Amino acid sequence: MKAIDLTVNFVGLRLGNPTVLASGILGYSTETLKEIVKGGAGAVVTKSVCLKPREGYANPTVVQASCGLINAMGLPNPGIEEYVKEIHSAKVNVGVPLIVSIFGFSAEEYKVVAEKAVEAGADAVELNVSCPHVKDTGSEIGQDEEVLKEVVKKVKSSVDKPVFVKLSPNVTSIADVAEAAVNAGADGLTIMNTIKALAVDVESGKPILANRFGGLSGPAVKPIALRCVYDVYERVKVPLMGCGGIMDWRDAVEFLLVGASAVQVGTAISLKGANVFGKITQGMEKYMKTKGFERLEDFVGLSHRK
Amino acid sequence: MSVYHIANNELRMTRVLSVDTESPTVKTFTLKDERCAKAEPGQFMMLWIPGVDEIPLSILDADQQGRVSVAVKKVGQATEALHRANVGDLLGVRGPFGNSFALVKGTVLFVAGGTGTVPLLFLARKLAPRMGKSFFVLGAKTKSELLFSNRFEEVLKGTETKLVTSTEDGSCGITGLCTEIVEKILAEEEFNIIYSCGPEKMIRRVFELAEKHRIFMEASLERLMRCAIGLCGSCTIGKYRVCGDGPVFNSKQLRETHGEFGKSKRDMTGRIVPLE
Repeated sequence: MKAIDLTVNFVGLRLGNPTVLASGILGYSTETLKEIVKGGAGAVVTKSVCLKPREGYANPTVVQASCGLINAMGLPNPGIEEYVKEIHSAKVNVGVPLIVSIFGFSAEEYKVVAEKAVEAGADAVELNVSCPHVKDTGSEIGQDEEVLKEVVKKVKSSVDKPVFVKLSPNVTSIADVAEAAVNAGADGLTIMNTIKALAVDVESGKPILANRFGGLSGPAVKPIALRCVYDVYERVKVPLMGCGGIMDWRDAVEFLLVGASAVQVGTAISLKGANVFGKITQGMEKYMKTKGFERLEDFVGLSHRK
Repeated sequence: MSVYHIANNELRMTRVLSVDTESPTVKTFTLKDERCAKAEPGQFMMLWIPGVDEIPLSILDADQQGRVSVAVKKVGQATEALHRANVGDLLGVRGPFGNSFALVKGTVLFVAGGTGTVPLLFLARKLAPRMGKSFFVLGAKTKSELLFSNRFEEVLKGTETKLVTSTEDGSCGITGLCTEIVEKILAEEEFNIIYSCGPEKMIRRVFELAEKHRIFMEASLERLMRCAIGLCGSCTIGKYRVCGDGPVFNSKQLRETHGEFGKSKRDMTGRIVPLE
């Protein structure tokens, strides 16, 4: 029997396996990214970084809800000028493709941050146009196709590395938004960011998160993420990274079956540690053996075949 | 589909059972929470003051009646709001989080500075029945901030432990830094372990002394805490997350993080800044 090939090759990135650290999880420092890679990740996405330093919101910044997690960190980051040091060091030490997540409050800011990230060594950038809890950026960009196109075009015209766009599920038609992003030049898409959510305490009568609204992640959102990937795969031809509630190899396989070429994992780390990446890959390999698949492409999008 | 218990540490709302004033700036709050009452010395909890903030607090004591206590120093907006809380007020609790101190039998040297006394007093209570000849060095800026003098008597009763206090202004005990006392004690005594908690520069000095005398050490560290469940990265030191891999770190880990330990931390933006 032939060896199982778990590598992913997309838009010039070569991943040893299809598991990727999702943005926002750890990812401030090279040392924590290295721990994630030691745990088996095939690529890493950094925390989202913008032009100026941001402190993020006051606590509570997370609520542990049933089967999911609501967070409103508020995109804290040290700003790209400071963060380029970390990108330099991560590029040298991490040993897997380094995708830098970026955001801005205008198309121009996205462009400047992307340029600096690539200059510092990013193998690709992921545009966060889908954070559901920060005003004037994130999903406020990803929900407006015209604004989104402007952002993607501007970034694409100024960097020569792959540009991924991470989309929000908080839209009427994610396939329409995906098409707009691809038409503007996106090389790949990450489907999806968190779902805008709220938690309220019955005793005090107050919303729990300091920002009131946050983004829901974890097992609760997986079926929605699967539907989003399925919809987008029907519409566009660029590679997709599936993201949303992936806890084990079975979840990951589900995302590949609906059309994702790789999967991003975040929330699961709090329960399973960094080894969750390696475990997903091992499980996937066993699955492929049982099913007689030799390469990931053998079953990516299989659920769409009539 | 299997069920994942992301919600295995949901926020619980509970009422304040009692409030004790420990010093002009420190109050102890006792709450009812079955889960945190099972905490081990060194662990912490997240306490939500509705509409204000959620803060990490080291656990001072826990009992079999489901009661848990935390001591809180007034340092900012959140702790000031908490200091205004009265018996019967509602607070939110998550936890307990983090690892705990290894319970080492034998001769122990405790070194506590300021509110760093909190987890070490809890630890001393647990260790007391099997403690050999030990020292508890307690340092503070001034007499009124030497915490828990009443509790120490009860905790250390029947043990061969010597309580040594120091104040920087000389208002009580030995005048000077507690690390100076530690240096003297280590020149004369041998210990199975040193436990320390307090200002990180103090801990670093204690660690240097422990290394010099080749004594195993555990220290409880503090960093900006947000999610407390190992995801956000706010509390990292080196490759470790204080919320999950810590807050208790041993000699080996302290050596590994020597570039940051006692020197720098991450601020709200994630930038590395020097420790004050």
